[in-house]
Amino acid sequence: MSFRESLESGKFLVTAEVGPGKGTDVEHLLKAADIIKDRVDAINVTDLQSSVMRLGSMAFSHLLTDMGIDPIFQMTGRDRNRLALQSDLLSAWVLGIRNVLALTGDHPTMGDHPHAKPVFDLDSVSLLEMIGKLNSGYDMAGNELKGAPEFLPGAVVNPGADNEAALDLQIMKMEKKIEAGAKFFQTQAVYDIDLFEKFIRRVEGFKVPIIGGVILLKSAGMARFMNKNVAGVFVPIPLIKEMTDTKDKVKKSVEIAARIVKRLKNLCQGVHIMALGWEKMIPAVLDQAGI
Amino acid sequence: MIVGERKPMEELLGMIEDFERILVLGCKGCVTVCCAGGPKEVKTLSTLIRMDRKQKGRKVITIEASTELQCEPESIRPILEKMANQYDVVLSMACGAGVQTVAKLFPDKLVLPALNTNFTGIAEEHGVWTEACLACGDCVLGRTAGICPVTLCAKGLLNGPCGGASEGKCEVSKDQPCAWQEIYHALKRLNRLHYLKQKPQVKDWPVHPGRVVREDLREVETT
Repeated sequence: MSFRESLESGKFLVTAEVGPGKGTDVEHLLKAADIIKDRVDAINVTDLQSSVMRLGSMAFSHLLTDMGIDPIFQMTGRDRNRLALQSDLLSAWVLGIRNVLALTGDHPTMGDHPHAKPVFDLDSVSLLEMIGKLNSGYDMAGNELKGAPEFLPGAVVNPGADNEAALDLQIMKMEKKIEAGAKFFQTQAVYDIDLFEKFIRRVEGFKVPIIGGVILLKSAGMARFMNKNVAGVFVPIPLIKEMTDTKDKVKKSVEIAARIVKRLKNLCQGVHIMALGWEKMIPAVLDQAGI
Repeated sequence: MIVGERKPMEELLGMIEDFERILVLGCKGCVTVCCAGGPKEVKTLSTLIRMDRKQKGRKVITIEASTELQCEPESIRPILEKMANQYDVVLSMACGAGVQTVAKLFPDKLVLPALNTNFTGIAEEHGVWTEACLACGDCVLGRTAGICPVTLCAKGLLNGPCGGASEGKCEVSKDQPCAWQEIYHALKRLNRLHYLKQKPQVKDWPVHPGRVVREDLREVETT
């Protein structure tokens, strides 16, 4: 079943994520994808995440299609202008890529080439509008395409925005993304379920499936790092304590993730598990969560 | 105003190494206001150049002058023409537009920039200036409560913030407020939050170099 079919079927969705690395070595990523392929509806492939120069999302997404996995091709506006973005989308389509996640992208200063020229010709909203235009058989300039794609466009939202203004703005932008054609949302990692529930209550009227983000906690140190450095992610102190107190970090990590997945199951339409190298733990998380 | 900073002394001294008669030319416009290239800075720079040459035992003649606006031909022509035989090189303390105006008017004289032109900005406090306008040619300030997202959002986003802000600060710098959160607060104060819900915008970038032609003014000139 394709990701689009899974989405349209209304079933509880499971997506995961792989991040290509710096260099041409893809073996470990292919192995990771192979371990989870029967348990997920799609796998996201990140686009130079954290603005670090890496192997590209399109190439790796294409490798996933060869394995019979439906990839979600992540595309940011950071590095390409509208010419390159449109061209890459057409290229992605002929390579068998059917789902696109439109993002603004981190600023280049966050990564390992901090003096690169930031592009941001299009942002996540205009990127979605452009995908809709390509789907309708035209480019952004209104020229007719000879052969049009039929992408399933998705977007992201950060439910953990840390103040009222930021959250209101996230929700306003979410509405714009829906108007611009977003058919599903994947969220930043959720740890505080009560806070997430409040967010869901505010946006459930939008009637667009939300796939809640889950990042496997690998250690207490990682949790503290995210609290300090990752916008919109807050790991509550009791969870950090659980990680500190355990003798078996992997087991505890799986247990915590499964607990979150279980609760998200009653709140939203799916989970997006970001295992950050621990992909082989994903089946155990899903088993424990009863999925 | 246009904000500039004087280049490091070492770089400046390297640029003028071959010359003995130097016209240090300030501008009484923006760069005077931002204390980078006005009459006062002309005096200081000339003194520093003479001190350096004295130390090296080399001759130098510095002529100090300042134009009203160095980007206005009429403001510089009389000064430079009058002294044309007295200098070999112009060390301009104006912004890039001033330097280029001198170069254009006096193609037989070498003109060197003494400043790095930073941006069009405003004084935040004494000694601190921040960028305010990218001169994008399609002003959106009316929709954003007078806070420019093209300039003040590090990504120049037009349709709301990214998800990177933390505690109201931009992901690029903890010293930089998230422009979109500032816009949100300002619009809320003005009871205009609905402005945020406007149709998504795509910016059509101007072709550089820009050119403004005002036919109404041209007609007046020729009649």
